[in-house]
Amino acid sequence: MTQSRMDTRPDESDVTLPPLGPVGVLRWAWRQLTSMRTALFLLLLLAIGAVPGSIWPQRNIDAGRVADYLTSHSVTGPWLDRLGFFDVYSSPWFAAIYLLLFVSLVGCVVPRSKIHWRAMRAQPPAAPLRLERLPEHGQIEVDGTPEEVLQIAREVLAGRQFPVGRSVVRRSPGRRYRLRSEGLSLSAESGYLRETGNLVFHTALIVVIVAIAVGHLFGWRGDRILVTGKSFSNTISAYDTFDPGPWVNTEALSPFIVAVDKLDVTFEEHSVGAQRGAPRDFTAYTRTQTSPGAPAIHQILKVNGPLTFGGTSVFLLGNGYAPVITVRDAAGQVLMHEATPFLPQDANYKSVGAVKVSAASPKQLGFFGFFLPSEYLDKAAGPSSFFPDLKNPALALGVYEGELYPQGRPQSVYTLSTEKMTQLKNARGEPLRLLLKPGQTIALPGGRGSITFDAVQRWAGLSIRYDPGKLLALIGAVAALAGLIASLMIRRRRVFVRVQPMGRRTVVSIGGLAKGEDPGLAATIEDLLSVIAQRSSTSGSSTTGSSTTGSSTSGSSTTGSSTKGSGTTV
Amino acid sequence: MTNQALAQYANLAVYSAMAVFTIAMIAFALDLAGTVPRLPVAAPETQKEPALVGADSSAEAPAHPVPTDDPDRPRRRKAAGIAMMLTRLGGLLLIAAAAMRGLSVHRPPLGNMFEFALVGCMFVVVVFVAISLRRDVRWLGLFVVGPVLLTLGLAITVFYTDASELLPSLKSVWLVIHVTVATFAVALFTIAFSVTILHLVKTWLEAQAANDPLVMSRVRTIVNTALPPARSLDRTAYGIHAVAFPLWTFTLIAGAIWAEQAWGHYWNWDPKEVWTFVIWVVYAAYLHARATTGWSPRAANCLALAGYGAILVNYMVVNVFFVGQHSYSGM
Repeated sequence: MTQSRMDTRPDESDVTLPPLGPVGVLRWAWRQLTSMRTALFLLLLLAIGAVPGSIWPQRNIDAGRVADYLTSHSVTGPWLDRLGFFDVYSSPWFAAIYLLLFVSLVGCVVPRSKIHWRAMRAQPPAAPLRLERLPEHGQIEVDGTPEEVLQIAREVLAGRQFPVGRSVVRRSPGRRYRLRSEGLSLSAESGYLRETGNLVFHTALIVVIVAIAVGHLFGWRGDRILVTGKSFSNTISAYDTFDPGPWVNTEALSPFIVAVDKLDVTFEEHSVGAQRGAPRDFTAYTRTQTSPGAPAIHQILKVNGPLTFGGTSVFLLGNGYAPVITVRDAAGQVLMHEATPFLPQDANYKSVGAVKVSAASPKQLGFFGFFLPSEYLDKAAGPSSFFPDLKNPALALGVYEGELYPQGRPQSVYTLSTEKMTQLKNARGEPLRLLLKPGQTIALPGGRGSITFDAVQRWAGLSIRYDPGKLLALIGAVAALAGLIASLMIRRRRVFVRVQPMGRRTVVSIGGLAKGEDPGLAATIEDLLSVIAQRSSTSGSSTTGSSTTGSSTSGSSTTGSSTKGSGTTV
Repeated sequence: MTNQALAQYANLAVYSAMAVFTIAMIAFALDLAGTVPRLPVAAPETQKEPALVGADSSAEAPAHPVPTDDPDRPRRRKAAGIAMMLTRLGGLLLIAAAAMRGLSVHRPPLGNMFEFALVGCMFVVVVFVAISLRRDVRWLGLFVVGPVLLTLGLAITVFYTDASELLPSLKSVWLVIHVTVATFAVALFTIAFSVTILHLVKTWLEAQAANDPLVMSRVRTIVNTALPPARSLDRTAYGIHAVAFPLWTFTLIAGAIWAEQAWGHYWNWDPKEVWTFVIWVVYAAYLHARATTGWSPRAANCLALAGYGAILVNYMVVNVFFVGQHSYSGM
């Protein structure tokens, strides 16, 4: 409309196209965005855009590897970082792709639903005049009146089964046609569920995307390393790391308590080669309470068997060793006594950790080093472990003294911040290294007291997650699968029957039309023809009729197998 | 405890299957080469006047064999019959190998790359034999047995892993559900890939013929007589893809459910998840391209090939080179 008004202006240039105006531009953009071509382009872009996240380390999965990559690639690293290659799935360009795809999806589903709604309630179109022009067709001459023939066709297409020869026609079980009779012709259409399935699939994808968004906004996850014999309650302060969604009320977490009594760990002992030492089983024996006053329940927590508290689940994702260490002062007074978790660094659980003795005076003491479940001395790498289980446990520690927490900054419990500390030396002036076995006590030089390695305990790495969107995502995914199967397996087809009296006999023409590929269409027409031939001949009397129908049935079967438009007419 | 002797028998079965498939492959190749009709009696003349006969033979409609001396009698395809029997035998050997491998470790044989390859090859052969019971697919045999042989060779040498127990995170019923369906879907994608390639070759040769009837007229004769018409190839490829895609969708969903149980999040963009998703998206694009009138079947089929490329990356590159939670190659 804008266009025509523009066109009437006399001084409009004859070559330049009339401007669309803001509404026109928007409409144009909407059409472009919701076109199949754009949707395809965005789909492929989504596939390509997802790939970098599998090549480069991602912050949300392993921030440590990202940091390593940045230090080892000082030129390309910062550029990749600026382009979001370490946070691909939360980067603006990736979000742009999937948001555009989301809009395109909505813009496709809504109008198609409207069209389909109307099509489902409309009657099939009238039969075309020349059925032999349809891609699949056949013709026979039978005894019986046109009304009888049409009645048989109607019953077959409405789903009634007739025996043909010795076998029952079962090529399209359960298929029902919507019928429309008009004079001497019959139109039938079926397979509406194809488009229904298609729309369900696409709508369900929208549901899945919404569910993912719900999970991100209202869900949270936290991690906690829990030494055996200890318990923790579900509050923010109990977590080592806590990562809430933007709309999570962190004060209202469900108040359950989990205690790990025992952790059983098995590693591959019998195999040699790469499989030796591979983990085989982790089982945590827990006591749980749904709230502080509730009775304790004994439950087993395994790798594929999380604990659940309402919508919150507790997963066992890691394990390691926590040597029990006692540090005493020169007078024998205990300054520190606790199980200190060490973090495994390799497949044989060479673990790194720090012991911080803030009660030591005049200077605070810090120990930093390795726990080795099966200790041996490697010439190049120093103390190492040859097996992940406890075959020869040992602690290898260096000792530092000074200020543990300079300016009170927060720091990792597994490392020592040594900027305000000095390392103790031995008599020869080399850094002092302690190697402790369980039960062993070593006196520290210069009357600084002693350190004792009492025993080894294990710790369980628990991951606690709450995702309110996951059930919706599952429902959406299952609905999408069902819709997908329907849209790929069901075929939309139209069948037309036209009858013409010819003396005492009737000429029956049948034509079929399918949307897309439909290998079953030819068979359907063939079956319909043979049922009509047989039913009409049994009701009639002429034996010549049945022989004619016999040959014409085989004629129509050549129709079925031949290519488009080259069917033979009997 | 693993029964190493039984695992050795499983390997023996794999080697036997490879020997059987090798013979089957040769027989299939001989059959395809032999589909070309013997040249008419005027054979010497064809060499003298290639232009005339070339123009003649290029005018043929697809799947209309050049008339032989006895066009009515169907050719007895002895080599193809032998090849089909051998393929069935090889399939049985693979089933035995997978069963013994599973029994030797008391678990489904779906724990490492060797086992995925073995079970995947088994599915490919089983599906091919199943199709062959209903339709004549002897033309496809070479292009199914060939890739299977190649994969088995890679599996028993490069990907080979000793029979052993599973990592704790793999001990779940979802291993059977998720990995079996994934492997089955990949088997279907593999067969569809072969058919798609054949379709592209055939349409390309037809295009060549349209440009210059003399170019490769001999090759075209072989391809035209050995393979079904391009339209039928295209329909077969689409049909197999249409079955494989929902199975892959199921794989994606089952994997997400399992991930939720084992790791606590149903989707975390782990490299394996990323590539499973990429494969899904590419094949979804293929199905959309097929449904859109603006795309030629050729372009759509190229998307299907890209999808299979992503499957290969997912299996061979992601398992071995990318760091993620699916690092179960055992290598």
